Amino acid sequence: MCLGIPGKVVAIYEADGIRMGEVEFDGIVKQVCLAYLPEIAVGDYTIVHVGFAISQVDEQSARETLALFQNLGLLDEELQVKGDEVVP
Amino acid sequence: MRYLDEFRDPELAARLFDEIRRRVTRPWALMEVCGGQTHAIIRNGIDQLLPPEIELIHGPGCPVCVTPLEMIDKALAIAARPEVTFCSFGDMLRVPGSSYDLFRVKSEGGDIRIVYSPLDAVRLAQQRPDREVVFFAIGFETTAPANAMAAAQARRLGLKNFSMLVSHVLVPPAIAAIMEAPDCRVQGFLAAGHVCSVMGTNEYGPLAARYRVPIVVTGFEPLDVLEGIRRSVIQLEEGRAELENSYARAVRPEGNPAAIAMLEEIFEVSDRGWRGIGTIPRSGWRLRESYRDLDAEARFMVSGMRTVESPICRSGDVLQGRIKPHDCPAFGKACTPRTPLGATMVSSEGACAAYFQYGRFIRADSVGVTA
Ligand code: SF4
Repeated sequence: MCLGIPGKVVAIYEADGIRMGEVEFDGIVKQVCLAYLPEIAVGDYTIVHVGFAISQVDEQSARETLALFQNLGLLDEELQVKGDEVVP
Repeated sequence: MRYLDEFRDPELAARLFDEIRRRVTRPWALMEVCGGQTHAIIRNGIDQLLPPEIELIHGPGCPVCVTPLEMIDKALAIAARPEVTFCSFGDMLRVPGSSYDLFRVKSEGGDIRIVYSPLDAVRLAQQRPDREVVFFAIGFETTAPANAMAAAQARRLGLKNFSMLVSHVLVPPAIAAIMEAPDCRVQGFLAAGHVCSVMGTNEYGPLAARYRVPIVVTGFEPLDVLEGIRRSVIQLEEGRAELENSYARAVRPEGNPAAIAMLEEIFEVSDRGWRGIGTIPRSGWRLRESYRDLDAEARFMVSGMRTVESPICRSGDVLQGRIKPHDCPAFGKACTPRTPLGATMVSSEGACAAYFQYGRFIRADSVGVTA
């Protein structure tokens, strides 16, 4: 839950008055709140905690971290992609 | 025993280990604050590859593990109510309360949902005006900005059926409490990088000075952790006690200003109980007066609960570095990740779970010093 996963911003939009975006983590795309990084743009990389982009990072370090988490099998757990009781 | 070639860059890892070995002249005990770091250390066998002089004490930095039993029992009581849809991060569902966990409430008909983002809970409240949606807002400074935004958004949307059970904990007061404990053995800290990416590093310089203890802001990957250890050891050997940032690629000294502003709007500092440790003054956040109408504790009147910890579990000693998980008699026997007796066995970031997952069953005293 509090690991923080790096991903790439692929879209930015507004929903219910909040700056939101789509962030891609190794093929998995999630809706992420971008309100705390008002400057971040499509194509940038960010570390995401529980659906919120908190800090911007460079592409290389983001890719390395992602590969590591994927190896450890931590990605699915952190992104809650499994489980029927998950709110979609 | 693990090997260097399991590191992403074995050559760099070897260089870091070499320098640590060359610099160390006497025993030092370092604490990694964050559960993600504990996980990296145990998985890569960093503790086994380090020179024997260096001991790593696994700190209390897993929010699932330190959420007080009383809060879990309150969550269980609220989640069991027929009008409530209870939303939580997935890790919390198997955390044992005084006598059962959220999964049990769910199997008995409780409406419990796992959410990825706290905003999912707000959306659920919007869609289901007939339900009381309660969000279990736990965590360190890393999840707090998300939880704060959920409160702000519920207020903005005028939702009357949304509330939060808030149990936030803060790292700097925990570091102070650890240093002030009479039997404290910690001589240096690897501070949690992502906590600092939110809050910045300004609170840590004064802690390093007051307690004469090096604090190195450190990331979560094995090489990050090694670099944090290297810098701590060099400081200790040179007799320095300073704040250093070895995770500058994600941490700026001022943190994330937009997140900090939102946190100040929603939360205020309060005393907080830590599971296995006890109450630490001013070590948590609660909703400010102006947001107290969102407080699930008041809405569902669950204050004044009595709680009893498992008499067998020694997670308090584990969290404070007095014993290693495999020194607990229940470890791997009565207590496993499938049948956890304590919170440190539940979360994959808990020290007991990390030791179990990577097969650390050998008690330190039965093999002498491990190298
Ligand atoms: S092994 Fe289980 S019982 Fe022992 S301290 Fe860890 S969580 Fe508690």
